[in-house]
Amino acid sequence: MGYPHKPHPRETQVLSTHFGTADARTAEGWKQRGGYKALQNALGMDPLAIQQVVKDSGLRGRGGAGFPTGLKWSFMKQGDGKPHYLCCNADESEPGTFKDREIMRWTPHALIEGCAIGAYAIGAETAYIYIRGEFTEPLDVMERAVAEARAAGIIGKNAMGSGKTVDVWVHKGAGAYICGEETALMNSLEGKRGNPRIKPPFPAVAGLFGMPTTINNVETLTAVPHILNNGADWYKKMSRPDNPKSTGTKLWSVCGNITRPGNYEVEMGFPFGEFLQDLCGGAPNGRKIKAVIPGGSSVPIITWEEAESAVMDYEGMVAAGTMLGSAGCIVIDEAQSMPRQIARLARFYAHESCAQCTQCREGTAWTTKILERICAGDGTAEDLDTLLSIADNMTGKTICVLSDSCATPVVSGLQRWRHEFEALITRKTVHAVPAVVA
Amino acid sequence: MSHGPSATGGAALKTGGHGHHEKHVPVFVGETEKRLQELLTRYPTKQAALLPALWMLQEARGWVSEEGMAEVATVLGLTPAYVKGVVTFYTMYHQHPVGKHFIQVCTTSPCHVCGAEDVVKAFLEQTGCGELGVTSADGKYTVIEVECLGACGFATPVMVNSDFLESITPATVADVLKRYG
Repeated sequence: MGYPHKPHPRETQVLSTHFGTADARTAEGWKQRGGYKALQNALGMDPLAIQQVVKDSGLRGRGGAGFPTGLKWSFMKQGDGKPHYLCCNADESEPGTFKDREIMRWTPHALIEGCAIGAYAIGAETAYIYIRGEFTEPLDVMERAVAEARAAGIIGKNAMGSGKTVDVWVHKGAGAYICGEETALMNSLEGKRGNPRIKPPFPAVAGLFGMPTTINNVETLTAVPHILNNGADWYKKMSRPDNPKSTGTKLWSVCGNITRPGNYEVEMGFPFGEFLQDLCGGAPNGRKIKAVIPGGSSVPIITWEEAESAVMDYEGMVAAGTMLGSAGCIVIDEAQSMPRQIARLARFYAHESCAQCTQCREGTAWTTKILERICAGDGTAEDLDTLLSIADNMTGKTICVLSDSCATPVVSGLQRWRHEFEALITRKTVHAVPAVVA
Repeated sequence: MSHGPSATGGAALKTGGHGHHEKHVPVFVGETEKRLQELLTRYPTKQAALLPALWMLQEARGWVSEEGMAEVATVLGLTPAYVKGVVTFYTMYHQHPVGKHFIQVCTTSPCHVCGAEDVVKAFLEQTGCGELGVTSADGKYTVIEVECLGACGFATPVMVNSDFLESITPATVADVLKRYG
């Protein structure tokens, strides 16, 4: 994982190679490590040719949705006479996920290079990196790196002497999980409340400032220079032989009840059970893993048995009943109460709902209230059906998927650990969620 | 975005009686005005500089007052009501004065399973705040719970003003407070 621990021999380090190396943070240090070669070459290529390489590599979005990156770029109509924009989503706020933070802290120029290539490939002269306001250190590191790259002529007018304009700016958020949703991020960048927009129109038609826009995650963009340097075939080979749909390496943030928390970079198709036990050391203090949320808090919670036999790629996680998401993996051990953990997750979504859609505004609050009541020993026999009914009304009915994300742990949790909820209701055991400020 | 029965609200501070009548020294003059003008060149609209301008205001004054919102509105050609609408959406703009050291403890699920609640308790006891969102009598500290700080592998992450601290436990809270006297 590179930082804070030594990488495990079974990791495949591509993006994380220089985590923990302070020297790699400067433009010069980055060039010494092969940096900015891909940008130099890209600026001499036809943008459509860059898109083709990325398409051929099979790279998919690393922020959560897993949409094919090259295909997304191809939605941008070249030569339409309008300004195009690239947004880099660095609003990393999905509970369990802390990989983009490490990319920005240690390899800021890798991200600038990825942004510049991405912008050029979609016909944009401006890229904005939207970083959440709480990431004070990554913000400092990125601001400094962007200024350094501009002063060195790497970005700006006549980027790397190519005669082309590619500019990159850092934009600081102000605290709102929802701004990680792509259209909410665009509203926020425009100086508005971060409410998600109704789609269509999709960003490639009318995005930031009403102009054609592509939005990509930090990790996605950082992978692009490596793909251009080493070729699409090199990237494609890092996959299961029988699954060409998930390619390359993936950074997994592992946290919760785990012996060695941190970021790990493995090839698509790695066995999940071995990963959690051998690389991450399993649950601490000899306890057993009870539940795993593999892809950030918005994906279904699975049991250890389901996780043990799962495969770490987009399709493998779906086969295991969950999703790869952002690969922010939360591990919950046998000492934890599932109702209490699910109540805490629901409270997160209730706090972060933008309150635009009724189903989400009311649903996240009701769900939290009922779950906290059950944990306090005041649940009733009807509560579990009410929770499922609310979850049904929260799924697929709102402008964005925050509402669905709150329903997910409730439904997946009740499917697998209904007995824990029932025990709380019938025996009136208390699994208190600590009181919070109202 | 504080709503509903269980909203913790990053900005859900208990309003104190003091500090609401600030001295009115304009923020957007001199160096700050220059910084703002430079920022405006980055965007095709003035409005896009709203979040950065609010950050400048908070850096200068420690919080974002109604008077401050009106100043920002004037320099960006917006209405004060519009600016307030934006300010109230985000959790990081303080709409009331806070302690000299503003402490945010992450308690979202990954930190929750690692015992973040005990870290909160230790901060509340040792700062003398006693309660979330309340500034200590000496004006030094305000403690709040914050939703996911995005450093889940380093439970429990804590922010003190703009410093980002990792792996804080109840045992290390006293050391943290020594650094921020």
